[in-house]
Amino acid sequence: MPSRDEIFEKVKAALVDALGVEDDEVSPTATMVGDLGAESIDFLDIVFRLEKAFGIKIPRAELFPEDVLSSSEYVTNGKVNAAGIAAIKSRMPFIDLAKFEANPSVQNFANTLTVEDMVRYVQGKLAS
Amino acid sequence: MRWFWIDRFDEFIRGRRATAVKNVSLAEEHMHDHFPGAALMPNSLVVEGMAQTAGLLVADAIEFNRRVVLAKVAGADFHFDAVPGDTLRFEATILDLKPTGSLCKVTSTVGDRLQGEAELFFAHLEPGEGVPKLFEPDELLQWLDHMHIYDIGRDEAGNPLVRPDW
Repeated sequence: MPSRDEIFEKVKAALVDALGVEDDEVSPTATMVGDLGAESIDFLDIVFRLEKAFGIKIPRAELFPEDVLSSSEYVTNGKVNAAGIAAIKSRMPFIDLAKFEANPSVQNFANTLTVEDMVRYVQGKLAS
Repeated sequence: MRWFWIDRFDEFIRGRRATAVKNVSLAEEHMHDHFPGAALMPNSLVVEGMAQTAGLLVADAIEFNRRVVLAKVAGADFHFDAVPGDTLRFEATILDLKPTGSLCKVTSTVGDRLQGEAELFFAHLEPGEGVPKLFEPDELLQWLDHMHIYDIGRDEAGNPLVRPDW
């Protein structure tokens, strides 16, 4: 099992290649969309690179809870409700939702996922 | 007028790699004013030729059963401009192929000089995923015939490719 730092370096390399960003922009706290400019198609590219770099399988729903964010059961008036938050937490235990919970508008979710979340996700996959 | 940015394939190994050529000619209208007195092929169109080379390689590998679209140019570097009289050779290699997408590396050379290199990411979309039908079957087959894919194409075991009966 590689260390957290080794995983971070490989995740960073994947993000530098996929997003055309500089090494030093990929800090643990950088958000994928807001800071690194990832667009939806980039996530498909990133998934490819992470699967290859770590020899893991990444089901799309584990990183992109689109079904939750577009469900009338989990979204009320454009905001993710308590049941939706619980669904995301159970699906994505590696993500820090504290900031999102303060203002859970659906469009804010895009700015929630950070580089460190990606590292934690890979750590979880490698440990399982 | 068709959007052809490769002239033919010289090598086509199903699911692995392909080489196509593009003869750059002053007869192409876009060259006439690009630039006045100093014609050169825009590298955006070189990328298009690279994408057609790799895109057909990928589409064949998934038996043309999804719509293969160039989703992003993950990286591209060019070292000099292609000009009328040059023959560009595009060599495409599939780095990764999954049902939903593929990643290819493509180089462009003139003689033994590396003109450009790019990493291209294709999305493989199904009907209903936002992309209209790209080709009628007979039109696609005509293009593949122009490209000589079934004349020179081989599978990984070295057997000739069979022209589909669409």
